Amino acid sequence: METTYGGRAPAPSGREMTMPHMETDVLVVGAGAAGISAAMSAAKGGAKVLLADKSLVGRGGATIMAQMTVAAALGTYDSDDWELHLADTLKAGRGLCNEELSAILCQGAPERIRELDAWNVGWARDEDQNIRAVMAPGHSARRCVYVDFLATGPAIAQTLRSQVAKQRAITRVSGLSVRDLVVSDGRVVGAVAVNQHDGLVVTIAAKATIIAAGGLTKLFQRNSASANMGGDSYALALRAGAELIDMEFPQFFPIGHLAPRLVGMDPIMWDPFRYKLGGRLLNGRMEEFLENYGVSDSGTYTAPRDVTAYAIVKENEAGRGSPAGGAYLSFTHVPEADLRAAFGPTIDLLAENGIDLTRQPVEVAPIAHYHMGGIRVDTAMRTTLPGLYAAGEAVGGANGANRLSGNALPEALVFGELAGRLAADAVSGQPQGWSEGAAASILDLVAAVNARAEAAPEGTKAGTSALWTELKALMWDKVGLMRTEASLTEAVDRLREMRLTDLPQAALSPGAAFNTTVEDWFELRGALQLGEAIALAALNRRESRGAHQRLDYTETSADFERNQVLKLDGEAIAASWVPLTKLSSSKTFEAAQ
Amino acid sequence: MTSSVTLSVMRGTPQTGPALTHYDVPYTQGMSVLDALLWIRANVEPSLAVRYSCINANACKECSVMVDGAVVYACAARLTPAGATVEPLAGKTVVRDLVTDIVPSKEQLGAALGARR
Repeated sequence: METTYGGRAPAPSGREMTMPHMETDVLVVGAGAAGISAAMSAAKGGAKVLLADKSLVGRGGATIMAQMTVAAALGTYDSDDWELHLADTLKAGRGLCNEELSAILCQGAPERIRELDAWNVGWARDEDQNIRAVMAPGHSARRCVYVDFLATGPAIAQTLRSQVAKQRAITRVSGLSVRDLVVSDGRVVGAVAVNQHDGLVVTIAAKATIIAAGGLTKLFQRNSASANMGGDSYALALRAGAELIDMEFPQFFPIGHLAPRLVGMDPIMWDPFRYKLGGRLLNGRMEEFLENYGVSDSGTYTAPRDVTAYAIVKENEAGRGSPAGGAYLSFTHVPEADLRAAFGPTIDLLAENGIDLTRQPVEVAPIAHYHMGGIRVDTAMRTTLPGLYAAGEAVGGANGANRLSGNALPEALVFGELAGRLAADAVSGQPQGWSEGAAASILDLVAAVNARAEAAPEGTKAGTSALWTELKALMWDKVGLMRTEASLTEAVDRLREMRLTDLPQAALSPGAAFNTTVEDWFELRGALQLGEAIALAALNRRESRGAHQRLDYTETSADFERNQVLKLDGEAIAASWVPLTKLSSSKTFEAAQ
Repeated sequence: MTSSVTLSVMRGTPQTGPALTHYDVPYTQGMSVLDALLWIRANVEPSLAVRYSCINANACKECSVMVDGAVVYACAARLTPAGATVEPLAGKTVVRDLVTDIVPSKEQLGAALGARR
């Protein structure tokens, strides 16, 4: 078969065609578990839905990456119930969880797991054909369900892809990048987006918009992110005028794969190995070390994520790291038959990578994995901006200062379902609020950046990659696991300079079709601002708590038992503090029913 | 010490037609073809277009390309010290460089516009 390059006659560039306008009841930005769940429930509620993803629907984002488990109190084992799950979630969150959101997550999870089961997602079963659930760090009951082998996220993504494809009320668009939300009279009325394949700009009128493209770990040098987890969700919301909360809390997964180089597998893969087989975490001297940090873990997998990440970094600082700068993870004491029974084909994949777990340990180190902070919402997933909802990882608050393992997927499924359902209710019978005028400044910016790209001489080396490289290094070194006033101040200053001075001048390459430099430019526009937001929030929180560790304020302080809210004030990011959201009464849960 | 390896990449758009471009990439044992492509994007040519999402997990199945004539996932294909030639998928229409039109027809903007305008 030939690869087709088309005729030599220039194909019409999207940028030269008439700008199309679309109308929908509900626009969902991001098509992972949260976005698809939101689209499905909005359609069920009678709304017409446009489901847009920068990547391919159901393939980009975080869901597909999840190789591990989903926490849900199905109640099969250990007398578990959702209130116990909630207690574990609040404990892991180090006192900062928005308890109402945490409760919605924990209470809603079992129904979503059973719904996926009915759609044949393929949950692993026990001998009695119950959905099998295992223990995971921080949980007080066996409640973490999974799909073998290391296939939880891909199985959920595939199941949701086939379900969403059956819905006639949902229009799916892959490769559509939302450049900005359109705000008219204080209300989100739609968005401006660009079709990556040809650069075609499209305006979208929507009665409600749900942001479900969470994840920003791509901002950190060592990360487990997929390509489009550059923080679009938070940046879109912030620029539109919505509030963000708890942005100082990125989660570092303590045992991301470090060495030897492993291809075809996610760096988070050792997590399920530890669930099933325990394994031993050792320092460069082959000694267990977590006990020196006040927790026990030997042969089990019970030490909290934040403590483990901290301990590995501290061991390296003390010169007791593994050769590549992490710690050893060893399964050499586990019989080969047990390894194979637990992970079957994965053992072969490891062998292809030259790794024999019966003979050698691997090296692991902390890796940016998830963001606890996010868009501030109420119990109906409404942001502080009318017409704008959020769902999934994009939402801040449910996980406080440290997320309990297994809570990311239920957060996506439960919040997605809720946001879609309530958005559909809210827009029923409502008119569009679209305003050409309100979209004008965004269209001007899109046109100006395109014009700058087109004016560049052929062969120009774009400056976007260098900015991304600097941003990631800066965030890792100065806003990562070990923060100080000096490092954070330096980061805030440099990030602001990069955004206001370097980015506007960054060279771009010409071409309307799949122009990575223009895509990167718009992604950086958000990522640089978010980096600054994270650094600023971390600077303001003068204590150490959960994922936020300050070398100059090592103690957890009762003064900081409150949440930090960020909002744009002109070009500046304004921070303020709000009291914790505690559960008051059972009325809180009505929204989740 | 790292040695270097040559990655030859078929680049081009429907307007320019294809051209094989050669890049010297630092080689580390065990690296993937996608590692090399992303190194080129980060260090040499930010406009190099390749479709990928999960980067490392072989989960999203977006990064299929031809390496030395065989269809592979770039994230799972190991680069050898001999180097490799990377081309867009055969039988597909090229959008730019290694990006081909693999978006399902019902998920394309054109289909959405047809349905809604």
